[in-house]
Amino acid sequence: MMQGSPAYDAHVRFEHVRMGFGTRTVFEDLVCGFPRGQISVLLGGSGSGKSTLLRLLGGLIRPAAGKIFVGDDEVTGAPEPTLYQIRSKIGMLFQGGALLDSLTVFDNLALPLREHSDLSEDAITETIRAQLSAVGLEKIDHLLPGQLSGGMLRRAALARAILREPEILLCDEPFSGLDPSSVKRIEMLLAKVNQERGITVLVVSHHIASTLRLADHALLLLPGRSVEGKPADLHRSEDAEVADFFDEDLAIDDVTPTASETLGS
Amino acid sequence: MSASGVVREIGWRTLSVLAELGGMLVFTIAFLKAAVTPPLRGRRFVEEIYNQGFLSLIIVCISGLAVGMVLGLQGYNTLVRFGAEGSLGTVVGLGLIRELGPVLTALLVVGRAGSATAAEIASMVTSEQLDGLRMMSIDPIEIVVAPKALALIFVMPILTTLFVLFGLAGAYFIGVGLMGLDAGIFISGLKSSIRFSDDIGGCFFKALIFGFLAGLIATYRGYNAAPTAAGVSAATTSTVVVTSVAVLIGDYFVTALWGFRI
Ligand SMILES: Nc1ncnc2c1ncn2[C@@H]1O[C@H](COP(=O)(O)OP(=O)(O)OP(=O)(O)O)[C@@H](O)[C@H]1O
Ligand SMILES: [Mg+2]
Repeated sequence: MMQGSPAYDAHVRFEHVRMGFGTRTVFEDLVCGFPRGQISVLLGGSGSGKSTLLRLLGGLIRPAAGKIFVGDDEVTGAPEPTLYQIRSKIGMLFQGGALLDSLTVFDNLALPLREHSDLSEDAITETIRAQLSAVGLEKIDHLLPGQLSGGMLRRAALARAILREPEILLCDEPFSGLDPSSVKRIEMLLAKVNQERGITVLVVSHHIASTLRLADHALLLLPGRSVEGKPADLHRSEDAEVADFFDEDLAIDDVTPTASETLGS
Repeated sequence: MSASGVVREIGWRTLSVLAELGGMLVFTIAFLKAAVTPPLRGRRFVEEIYNQGFLSLIIVCISGLAVGMVLGLQGYNTLVRFGAEGSLGTVVGLGLIRELGPVLTALLVVGRAGSATAAEIASMVTSEQLDGLRMMSIDPIEIVVAPKALALIFVMPILTTLFVLFGLAGAYFIGVGLMGLDAGIFISGLKSSIRFSDDIGGCFFKALIFGFLAGLIATYRGYNAAPTAAGVSAATTSTVVVTSVAVLIGDYFVTALWGFRI
């Protein structure tokens, strides 16, 4: 497929990355990129390595071979202090939110600001209020993450991820386990973040329908290989495996509320 | 299993123990570095002292009292055979301060606060909270591990002191209150036999060492837990088992070396 140098300005590049756990190989020789300032979607079956790809990108795990670049910085082989600098340009929304459950929502968001900036408490409060209302959350500052609903939690985590004005936002299955209106809401937030702030967004998703709506670019992870391109092109691909993936998921999506709601709206 | 299989098994075991010790050493260095480099996280430290100290406070006091009462009974009944019941204070005091206080407190604190610490950190691993911190360029060792481990080190001597005091009170209650021993004799036996630097200093030293073991093992096990429910329970169990054994073995060495010093 799209091998060699891609036809777009890649913000993130994976160059011949090999990764495995124990005897299990996840990526044999992964070559891919994600365009700057656009929304990319990461597709693939369960266990195909989507979360692993995001964790590699954030330097949380290191590949067995190959190089990963974020902008001009190489993540692979970077020592911990450099990694901390690179990560200041990356926001990550974990699947479970990953907010510290011993701290209130407010303190969770305040933590990175208190750690990394000299802002006064007043300025921090103001920033957080603004950020929370941007994701449609108000008057929940004092609640613990355990007291939020799934959708609210995901939005609070999103607020935390974009708090430090990252250049790249990584989202691991931001839609899973949410009701259709929450899915829509997060989808709109991601599009807004991308448009208003020009942030490069990478989304792992199982929702083909939302993918087709949302994404400018898609990467499909298949066993032993990967395919990238425009979502619509992949959808119409002549490659049987690729077309199958979309068809099957659309078929499954048809019975889920998201798809039916989408059709209805 | 064939002979070569046995050899291979032993080899594997040895290697994994060495790897574990190496990992622990690296972790300890990271912890020490985080503990001494500013910013010193005073608030987090105090929170953890409150959590861990409070968790163990009541069980330590009650256990101390019970152990003191048993020592009082056993001690009295044994000593009375030699007509030496007057030295009950000496026997109980030395036993509690030199051995039982630090060791039993450590075992209790590990079972209560140590296991809770390991479980909490392990579940933070499972729910990706530690990775979340890393992605915000915050070192989890600095903000999660160090305050918890330091608090365990700090509360151990305090709880040990409480254990000893309640133990002495229990023995006093049995010896003087129940058996009718003279209070003055009990107290003076206690006072005259206990040397400050040797006995009380040794007691604090042991408590610090045990606190260090408990703090490091609990946080290390939690920090390195597999990100699953089974990982959380394995971290908790192994914290209690490994720390308890380490405390008992460590106790022997501290006792031997401390005695040698004098
Ligand atoms: N820490 C780990 N230790 C061992 N194996 C792992 C680890 N993390 C991931 N794997 C394995 O790597 C493979 C890819 O996992 P990954 O979590 O990236 O999949 P995924 O595409 O995100 O799947 P899902 O859609 O279910 O989240 C899986 O087979 C998994 O078993
Ligand atoms: Mg995943």
